[in-house]
Amino acid sequence: MDPVTRPDPAPGQAPSLDVSGLAYAYPDGHQALFGVDLTVGRGERVALLGPNGAGKTTLVLHLNGILTPGAGTVRVAGTPVVKDTLPEVRRRVGIVFQDPDDQLFMPTVREDVAFGPANAGLRGPELERCVSRALDRVGMAGYADRPPHHLSFGQRRRVAVATVLAMDPEILVLDEPSANLDPAARRELAEILLSLDLTVLMVTHDLPYALELCPRAVVLSEGVIAADGPTPDLLADEALLRAHRLELPFGFDPRTTRR
Amino acid sequence: MHVPDGFLDAPVSVATGVVAAGAVAVSLRGARRELDERTAPLAGLVAAFIFAVQMLNFPVAAGTSGHLLGGALATVLVGPYTAVLCLAVVLLMQGLLFADGGLTALGTNITVMGVVTALVALLVFHGLLRVLPRRGGARVPVAVATFAAALVSVPASAIAFTGLYAIGGTADVSLGRVFAAMVGVHVLIGIGEAVITTATVGAVLAVRPDLVRAARSFTRPALVIRGGSGAVTPTPAPEPAAAPARPLRPLWLGGLGVAVVLAAFVSFYASAEPDGLERVATDEGIAEEARAHDLADSPLADYGVRDVDNARLSTGLAGAAGVAVTLAAGSAVFLAVRRRPGGADDATTGTSGRRETVAP
Amino acid sequence: MSGSHGPAARLYRPGTSAVHRLPAHCKLVAVLAFVLTVVATPREAVWAFGAYAAFLACVAAVARLPAGFVLRRLVIEVPFVAFAFLLPFIATGPRVEWLGLSLSESGLWGAWNILAKGTLGVAASVLLAATTELRQVLLGLQRLRLPPLLVQIASFMLRYADVIADELTRMRIARESRGFTARGPRHWSVLAKTAGALFIRCYERGERVHLAMLSRGYDGGMPVIDRLTAGGAQWARAAALPVPALVVCVLGWTL
Repeated sequence: MDPVTRPDPAPGQAPSLDVSGLAYAYPDGHQALFGVDLTVGRGERVALLGPNGAGKTTLVLHLNGILTPGAGTVRVAGTPVVKDTLPEVRRRVGIVFQDPDDQLFMPTVREDVAFGPANAGLRGPELERCVSRALDRVGMAGYADRPPHHLSFGQRRRVAVATVLAMDPEILVLDEPSANLDPAARRELAEILLSLDLTVLMVTHDLPYALELCPRAVVLSEGVIAADGPTPDLLADEALLRAHRLELPFGFDPRTTRR
Repeated sequence: MHVPDGFLDAPVSVATGVVAAGAVAVSLRGARRELDERTAPLAGLVAAFIFAVQMLNFPVAAGTSGHLLGGALATVLVGPYTAVLCLAVVLLMQGLLFADGGLTALGTNITVMGVVTALVALLVFHGLLRVLPRRGGARVPVAVATFAAALVSVPASAIAFTGLYAIGGTADVSLGRVFAAMVGVHVLIGIGEAVITTATVGAVLAVRPDLVRAARSFTRPALVIRGGSGAVTPTPAPEPAAAPARPLRPLWLGGLGVAVVLAAFVSFYASAEPDGLERVATDEGIAEEARAHDLADSPLADYGVRDVDNARLSTGLAGAAGVAVTLAAGSAVFLAVRRRPGGADDATTGTSGRRETVAP
Repeated sequence: MSGSHGPAARLYRPGTSAVHRLPAHCKLVAVLAFVLTVVATPREAVWAFGAYAAFLACVAAVARLPAGFVLRRLVIEVPFVAFAFLLPFIATGPRVEWLGLSLSESGLWGAWNILAKGTLGVAASVLLAATTELRQVLLGLQRLRLPPLLVQIASFMLRYADVIADELTRMRIARESRGFTARGPRHWSVLAKTAGALFIRCYERGERVHLAMLSRGYDGGMPVIDRLTAGGAQWARAAALPVPALVVCVLGWTL
């Protein structure tokens, strides 16, 4: 299998995500984004790399309209993110937050996965099917009636992915998906993410994980996109990595792992 | 101290239940004003915090330990409505799941430990902030007001309980003794509560001043720089930390305020329970047989309003004595803690140390 | 970290008995009615409290709860037991001599009253918590028309109580591994800083949870997915505790 296939968006079909000229300053005056341009085509898997404080989280919070742009626009599958489209946008953009405990707030796994689709109006057997399908896709179908805090960290992160999959999103946004996972859980999650036929935007510091999962990478630094290209090329550019406080693990050579 | 089933008679349980339900209803509306649509998750987390803090034991001496009640703390941090709501939920869950506090006494528990502590803490805190000089930034006035609020809230809760006991106690103990025992013990508990609450609020104020709701009028937004990742960089308070001699004036002003408010509360409860006063005044028990069957006929009918003026006076004196003791003990501890280098001053030194590193 | 399941998890004893299977709101109503009946019983009707205890024992037997488990859980009322034992000494009124001690008659009755009613109340709550899952309790409260916001707050509180207790444990371990143990009031400031840090973590988590909820379409109301229902037969079974208790109570007043 060759993960470095970059499906071109079909002509006439809007890209999953289109951010242009996005700038944002927090109410206290601190400016986090200085004109971000980013287009993610349908079915693409893109890694968003960047040092701490680069504005990654701020950018993510714009994608489903939790923050409103100071300048510029965000479009999700052609739909502009404005107040009127928020319910639709939030269904289409599935954000998996870094700490699964923040995301799994309901008493049981099943209720948690059902939260999103139920807010969208699904009820009864339809809702039930949607929940079990989402849990199946992350291999957690047997845990539906367990309270989230009885699961291991890796299981919780998979359920967090399921809560978002249940909403049948256009694009999956993952914030540090590999953080705090043991190697086995990390591999299992990678397998799940690779099996999904979805647009994925993955915010991470974990460069080998980005290389494994995302053919394309962008570097966000000081509030702008500083680099955009195939992940292996970016990771091979030592000067670029150093300039943006990104580091490969000791002994890891992206050229030799290239498949 | 959670009241169990059967400790107070039915009319008092019902009455406090109505009070609690009313307070919760008002708080449900008020909390939406304090937290807008974030009420459910934030109040839930604050309730979990109170629940956890009540498990955080602090050693008192020689193997004994106490824990925070958290009413004043919650009021200062998140506002009175959310505080009442959180305490009510904590008490409900403790009663239902942990069998801590009787189900029929739930209203009593919410009233005594939630509504009274929040209300008293609120009045003392804002009353004091009004009196205290505002120069010198938020730290000193907020610390003084928090200390007084927490200190008074605990005995106030005990006084409220004593008042309820006076009307609806099922055991015949002279009210003077209940009052003395409850208030005496709770003044001590209140000192611990006050020290820890003050230091806790101080710790929050040093890192995220925007989260101390009661101090909002002090924290100017320009002082807080919110980073892109949600991290917050505190910048130093505009004024240097107060010199050791300066807190004395606010302290005494504060003490005065505490005394006034506490006295007001004592007389409030006193006038609400004339029969209780009568008993304090005469230290006379009423034979149990006289009210063995409270449920059958009107329980309050037996307690005529006799010698109220006289009784109110004597309870007022008892209250004043309580105020004096509370004030003296509280001031002593407060001064001791403030002067100790490793005590509450830590927060101050911590920030002034940071000042150099934050310089632009 | 995921090892400790907090204080709440130990309360429930999984089972499939008739008591376990009863809908939570039926059980809540039954327990509340039972406790009300107990509290309304005149304390002079000593035999009635024996009957109540027997009823609870029957429920525990049907639910297959070991006696030791229930008795251990009763320890919660120790502070009030202590108070009850003091009562005969400090109460006023006519006194009786017993083993050379002068005890107040009304104090003895008062002590008995608190002990009997308090213990029965605690035992009833223990049985409820032991046979009903947390989530079912919440659903039951929701079904009984507790304001939805209160149910939500309680639900969040129970969901995060363990997470926060774990954070507290980690902070304590961090303190202790740096050689600190709290010994007296001198160390209160350290504990208070722990509490302050815990509050900030809780509040910030609350903000993050809110973001996560918004991201999945939260608009201020929780979708009601599970609705408890109970048929007549289940209500009848739930009534098996409070109705005989009510009969006993009425007898207690009339006999």
